[in-house]
Amino acid sequence: MSIDIDQAAHVAKLARIRVEKDDLPALAEEFNTILGFIEQLQEVDVEGVEPMTSVTPQRLRRREDVVTDGGQQDKVLSNAPDAREGFFAVPKVVE
Amino acid sequence: MTKLNEMTIAGARDLLAKGEITSVALTEACLSAIDGAGALNAFVHKTPEIAMQQAEAADARPAEERASLNGIPLGVKDLFCTKGVPSQAASRILEGFKPEYESTVTSKLWGAGAVMLGKLNMDEFAMGSSNETSVYGDAVNPWRDGDSNLTPGGSSGGSASAVAADLCLGATGTDTGGSIRQPAALTGTVGLKPTYGRCSRWGIVAFASSLDQAGPMTKDVRDAAILLRAMAGHDPLDSTSIESAVPDFEAALTGDIKGKTIGLPKEYRVDGMPAEIDALWAQGREMLQDAGAKVVDVSLPHTKYALPTYYVIAPAEASSNLARYDGVRFGRRAGLNQGDGITDMYEKTRAEGFGDEVKRRIMVGTYVLSAGFYDAYYNRARKVRTLIKRDFDEVFAGGVDAILTPTTPSAAFPLGSMADADPVQMYLNDVFTVTVNLAGLPGISVPAGQDAKGLPLGLQLIGRPFEEGDLLNLAYALEDRAGFVAKPPRWW
Repeated sequence: MSIDIDQAAHVAKLARIRVEKDDLPALAEEFNTILGFIEQLQEVDVEGVEPMTSVTPQRLRRREDVVTDGGQQDKVLSNAPDAREGFFAVPKVVE
Repeated sequence: MTKLNEMTIAGARDLLAKGEITSVALTEACLSAIDGAGALNAFVHKTPEIAMQQAEAADARPAEERASLNGIPLGVKDLFCTKGVPSQAASRILEGFKPEYESTVTSKLWGAGAVMLGKLNMDEFAMGSSNETSVYGDAVNPWRDGDSNLTPGGSSGGSASAVAADLCLGATGTDTGGSIRQPAALTGTVGLKPTYGRCSRWGIVAFASSLDQAGPMTKDVRDAAILLRAMAGHDPLDSTSIESAVPDFEAALTGDIKGKTIGLPKEYRVDGMPAEIDALWAQGREMLQDAGAKVVDVSLPHTKYALPTYYVIAPAEASSNLARYDGVRFGRRAGLNQGDGITDMYEKTRAEGFGDEVKRRIMVGTYVLSAGFYDAYYNRARKVRTLIKRDFDEVFAGGVDAILTPTTPSAAFPLGSMADADPVQMYLNDVFTVTVNLAGLPGISVPAGQDAKGLPLGLQLIGRPFEEGDLLNLAYALEDRAGFVAKPPRWW
């Protein structure tokens, strides 16, 4: 498995991280180094082995479906880079 | 007499109880040590006002209201959310973030009477093994090789450096692949990663949720036992936190380990392991035998697949966890051009807010989770993780109480020395520690010797799940036999 420049650009797009065109070859090379390392896993016999979902035997507990918190709009917005009139503000989303 | 900031938690606790010292004096000693240690770059946000307030309150508290850490000054890794105090995970993307809430672990500490000195340096989002990916710059090891500055390890490098340099009595760390134990080994301190589920993850900036665990970083094993007890416990806000009582870990420290069985896994004798590390490991074996334990050879056949498994699972979880940094709700948003849409905002914010290693891991994680590769990489890694855990289960089922390994493949290396290496070379630092996270087990690093240059080396003990008391007692016996007392000469 080897990643080319177009695939590297695609992954960056999926991850919503802008990567300049000039930086893509180096990125693809790093991916390939890391993926080459990961490739060893292909040699393990995993026939019939369940993928791990929890490392402890405990089952996730369910809680009652009730409102436990709220009414803290100021606190929720206090760290926003741009908050206006009680909302998070972002660039225009729909035309 | 030892300077106040050089005391252990247990030592200070006993003198505080007798009224021979005050928390104010203890805290002032730490604050002045911190002010004199700028060169270590360990404390990145100092909180002297909070510290003095907490210290005064601790001194004023009547004896019957004093909890286990009353008046004890601690440092907190920047990964923990602390109310009203910058909590940045050493990332540019969280610049200016001041949480409106307190993490469960730190609120337990303040509830136990501890004093917060400030926030400690670390690798960005806990991704790194040398504390060189921090937006605050490198944390520096108080141990030196001649004139060259060494890494304190990572990701909890600031915590390790601060404890080793006596800037605080103890510190919190977090460990996803070795981030408590590796820095402890490189700085001659004790670091414990508890069993997964022992400490609440609520309010700790998430890296890889199925692996992350908070733990104590201290000057000795007894302090680790004291601090762990205060940090641990069930928390309804973390659905993976275990519902079981927290034992008195300190009471488990009898030093009597007669009849215990220690396993030495042959797969940990890796190619190119320095002779010093091998020799230390052999000495560790003798020390435990000398203390009355039986040592047996064991096999953990899937060990060599632990690092590649980790470098699928951890980036996959990170890519999901770090999706929240989008420039909308908290932290930093990139400057935008006229006409930039919301996708431009996301992409620019994340490009300038994250450092290179974090971006690399997010993208690797995105790739292994993407359509067409999910089964080949992510699901396969989760199956291999099952096998890695099974290896440990079988060894423990065979009557082994704990496993002894080196903590790291080398002593502290010079800052900058890995700059030209490929990312995988840095990942190899975690070769002995990462298995423990994948299997959810408790592990502790104990300073056990020094290399030819006088730099500290650590040994790791891996215990049965939720048997930290037993593990700490074994570590206590090892610490006693190793007799590591060296301190770095002060140069900073």
